[in-house]
Amino acid sequence: MIYYDRVSKIYADNSVALEDVSFSVEPGEFISLVGHSGAGKTTLVKMLLAEEKPTTGSVFFESINVHEMPTSKINTLRRKIGTVFQDFRLLPNKTAYENIAFAMEASGKPEAEIHSDVPHVLELVDLGDKMNNFPHELSGGEQQRVAIARAIVNQPDVIVADEPTGNLDPVNTFEIVQILKKINDLGTTIILTTHNKGVIDSLKKRVITMDRGKVIRDDKEGKYIL
Amino acid sequence: MKWVLFKRVLRAGVLDFSRNAFVSIASILVMTVTLFTVGMTIFAGVILGSALQELRDKADVNVYFTTQAPEDRILEMKASLEALPEVASVQYLSRDEALAQFRDRHKNDQLTLQALDELPDNPLGAVLNVKAKDISQYETIATFLQDQQTQDGASSVIDKINFYDEQHRAALERLQYITNSAQVLGRWIVGILILITLAISFNTLRLAIYTSRDEIQVMRLVGAGALYVRGPFIVEGILYGLVAGVITLLIFYPLTWWLGGPTGNFFGGVNVFSYYVSHFFSIFGIIIGTGVVLGAAASWLAVQRYLKI
Repeated sequence: MIYYDRVSKIYADNSVALEDVSFSVEPGEFISLVGHSGAGKTTLVKMLLAEEKPTTGSVFFESINVHEMPTSKINTLRRKIGTVFQDFRLLPNKTAYENIAFAMEASGKPEAEIHSDVPHVLELVDLGDKMNNFPHELSGGEQQRVAIARAIVNQPDVIVADEPTGNLDPVNTFEIVQILKKINDLGTTIILTTHNKGVIDSLKKRVITMDRGKVIRDDKEGKYIL
Repeated sequence: MKWVLFKRVLRAGVLDFSRNAFVSIASILVMTVTLFTVGMTIFAGVILGSALQELRDKADVNVYFTTQAPEDRILEMKASLEALPEVASVQYLSRDEALAQFRDRHKNDQLTLQALDELPDNPLGAVLNVKAKDISQYETIATFLQDQQTQDGASSVIDKINFYDEQHRAALERLQYITNSAQVLGRWIVGILILITLAISFNTLRLAIYTSRDEIQVMRLVGAGALYVRGPFIVEGILYGLVAGVITLLIFYPLTWWLGGPTGNFFGGVNVFSYYVSHFFSIFGIIIGTGVVLGAAASWLAVQRYLKI
């Protein structure tokens, strides 16, 4: 489903973010990318979203080279990938409902579908009563749950969660991980980047460990080993 | 589908406009200053044009005829002058009218009037007062008159053409220089002023959108197309322009009313209030149009920069 083929990323100042990285992700998998800050986890995620281009190598999504896609098709690719960020990245002037509806509107979904799906997905993340709240009226955990709701509302093939628990306390971290597991159980592929040992060890899923831009371990039922 | 997209973009733009109250107010205020400047330049242009026209109207060329010149010959010349494309108007002053005018002008000068009474006959000839459409055309008219004089030779009825008076000619040339310079200077000042205020407005909108750059990135990452991201910002920009335009038009109503009297008295009879009322629809179009185009264009360009993701 996703294939990183000998991907390297070298910036203009010759700093190496990724070096000859290759791995694939199968449909329905839950993989965790772990490593210290600067290991290259986020760069890998950005490449999948066509936010960054590799210096050498290719990234394939459903057999299509992401970086050879015409610009007009990149929106379509991004609608197939739900994204969750460490800093939530909600639209500050939109309510929880509107933030989620935005993702559906952007993919051209009809109003009727939006009206039925958004409350449903908000219920899924246990925020049914906060749909009219603005992001600044929500706690960090609640904001992250809205972000997850936004990521899953279009029923994407993959959810990319880049350090989704980085700004959360242990209770909220646990809840977010449980939600991601539930989504994975329903068949959605999950790519999680984190350096939270507790999260990785509790998941008992595939773990790709990175260090200084290289993949140093790829364990089927891995633990956080660094 | 396009209608749904249009409705969503419009709704998002209106919502962002109302929810970003502080940014909206700041943008509207700056844009109001811009549109006010645009409006003021319209009025300044009208006042300047009218003042210059009044100055130009003061310029003329007088053709003085001999006392023996028959009236039909003078009227014939008047007709041929009127046929010239350069001539705006020709006024005929008969000998009697010229005398009456002279008496009126010297009514406090008894000595001159007594001297005039001593004369057996009216010493003044008839006069044709010629006004050209443009100051630069007086030379052509004067040449035409001189040709007439040369053709007629000894039988010429023209006594004098005051264009050839050194003083009169110098005054005309000076007037032409002043009016032309004032016009050019006025255009430059107006142009520079409008450019500066447009740049300020443009940058304010860019700053307003700069504060939303992270949002634009998020929109792109959740799969929103360029048009869907850009649309609401353009709607916001148009709304800034519309509101600022309406405020500017509202400010101009009492302002021109207040300035109407003084401008009418000082600048060649143009009452800016009357001008504002009688030209309201064209001024409305210019002010609102400038606001809307400026708002939309500035937003379009400002968003463009953050769409490259």
